[in-house]
Amino acid sequence: MKRITYGDVIVYTAVSFISFLCVAPFFYIVSVSLTDPSVYVPFKLYVIPEKVSFMSYSYILSNPNFLNSLKNTVFVTVVGTALNIVFTFTMAYGLTKKGMPHRGLFMGVVIFALLFSAGIVPHYLLVKSMGLINSLWSLILPVLTNSWSLIVAKSFIESLPEELEESAKIDGCTDIGIFLRIIVPLSKASIATLTLFFAVGHWNTYFNALIYLTDSQKSTLQVYVKTLLVDASTGGAGSTGMVDLLNIPSETVRMATVVLAMLPIMAVYPFVQRYFVKGVMLGSIKG
Amino acid sequence: MRAKAEKPAWKRRWRKRMRDYYNYRYAYLLVIPGFVYFLVFKIAPMWGLLIAFKDYSPFAGFWQSQWVGFKHFAEFFTNAYFYLMLRNTLVISLMNIVFFFPAPIVLALLLNEIRLEKFKRVNQTIVYMPHFLSWVVITGITFFMLSSDVGLVNKVIVNMGGEPVSFLSNPKLFWWVLLLQNMWKEIGWGTIIFLAAITQIDPSQYEAATIDGASRMQKIFRITIPSILPTIIVLLILRLGHVMDVGFEQVLLMGNPFVRDVAEVFDTYSYNQGINQGNFSTAITVGIFKSVAGLCMVVASDRIVKKMGYSGIY
Repeated sequence: MKRITYGDVIVYTAVSFISFLCVAPFFYIVSVSLTDPSVYVPFKLYVIPEKVSFMSYSYILSNPNFLNSLKNTVFVTVVGTALNIVFTFTMAYGLTKKGMPHRGLFMGVVIFALLFSAGIVPHYLLVKSMGLINSLWSLILPVLTNSWSLIVAKSFIESLPEELEESAKIDGCTDIGIFLRIIVPLSKASIATLTLFFAVGHWNTYFNALIYLTDSQKSTLQVYVKTLLVDASTGGAGSTGMVDLLNIPSETVRMATVVLAMLPIMAVYPFVQRYFVKGVMLGSIKG
Repeated sequence: MRAKAEKPAWKRRWRKRMRDYYNYRYAYLLVIPGFVYFLVFKIAPMWGLLIAFKDYSPFAGFWQSQWVGFKHFAEFFTNAYFYLMLRNTLVISLMNIVFFFPAPIVLALLLNEIRLEKFKRVNQTIVYMPHFLSWVVITGITFFMLSSDVGLVNKVIVNMGGEPVSFLSNPKLFWWVLLLQNMWKEIGWGTIIFLAAITQIDPSQYEAATIDGASRMQKIFRITIPSILPTIIVLLILRLGHVMDVGFEQVLLMGNPFVRDVAEVFDTYSYNQGINQGNFSTAITVGIFKSVAGLCMVVASDRIVKKMGYSGIY
């Protein structure tokens, strides 16, 4: 058994402390959200709920506005991510074909997008001119792919051995056949990583939803959460009309809403975390 | 045999080009969707930048609005508000670089010193978590922690007999709250790239140091840190290149009327002017300034990095 040194003590304590700081807010919020609203007094300090109750959760889950925003977000996330993967990997594979005429043009456009951006207002005007304002597609089409993901996908595909493609060509396979039957199955790791990045991106989208969706029926989860949270507690301005007939204090409800907004990501995260990390490591070493 | 010398050179090249197009027809098929996306959503909006040089009115439309050259730019640079936004942007960014940038490095070094794999893995999973939360959720968490009436921190302070501190509406504390949020969110995720660099270090160096009787601290300062110093420097310079980019969503969400003077940055101003108030010309002027300034910084930092012998971002 190795001797435990003073250095070890410091290291383990420091790391534990940092981890504690990272999780403590979660515990606090979950704890308060599970507190029975009838015993919760906003100004008192709670660490562990005096009385556990899921009333705040059942209140939100039956709130039609919340459910609606959730439905919209799920739609955008699922459809958006699927299209993201399709557009990103098809273009990435195409870009690996070094002999293709005008390849420089295609790569150039990607690099251009990496360096220049027209800005918020021109993008807004474009979406407006396409008639996408107030459509959920305004959260999907403008972000079909991006330069960074393309470069990551392209690097990954290029790391696959060339002989596979060549032998498939000899067997008479077309480029598309190669793509679908060889490249895609072998790129599972990269597809998984990018799927997660895209999905998290869609789920967490706030600003685009804010400016493109004016109808509250089309609102997405993050926008809904924001109106619930921020508009109510600035400068201690007192609660909004979230306190309804049941007299549920807004605080527990608000915390329950936040918990629900991060729940899907937190639930899936521990299992898929290593894919993220591997993907970032690959990206950083290659870059 | 066909006499090749009879075919003119340009015709041969043309035939080869046509053959290439045919051979790569599926590659084109695969590239076209993405390419169209870039044309429509990345190239086409650049057209809108011209609005900055006009007195754009939504009623007159683009073509009927009057050309005013650099009038909006002149107005912008002589406006005192410009310097306010510039100050805010630079302060937030530089605070981030000075205080936040070293943090993941320190944490990475700490994590590297852990011998119990399980402990290391669990802690890594924990500290990566905040990175995946949306800014809305993090703003919410911030409010629950720092709110003057219901925030946890203030509850603790009051419990210990103190007066509640208004963290969120005090302009003096705003920048620090932003910094804290960033630290909490990104310290864990930021370690990934440094840990990746550390794994590249040749283990035999450590073994040789042990034989020479080096202490743990000596190993860290004489082997680990110098080995990842190139990575650190490259990242630092690239980060400086992005000095104009302060987290837009973060600042937008944390802003409130009390802290307007310290929270307004170019992007928030552009958003406000353009989308909320319809002053497209002003908004796009601001946007162009920020993009151009940012681009200069990025290109300059990339040049420096390349001059030092490393590959840049492109």
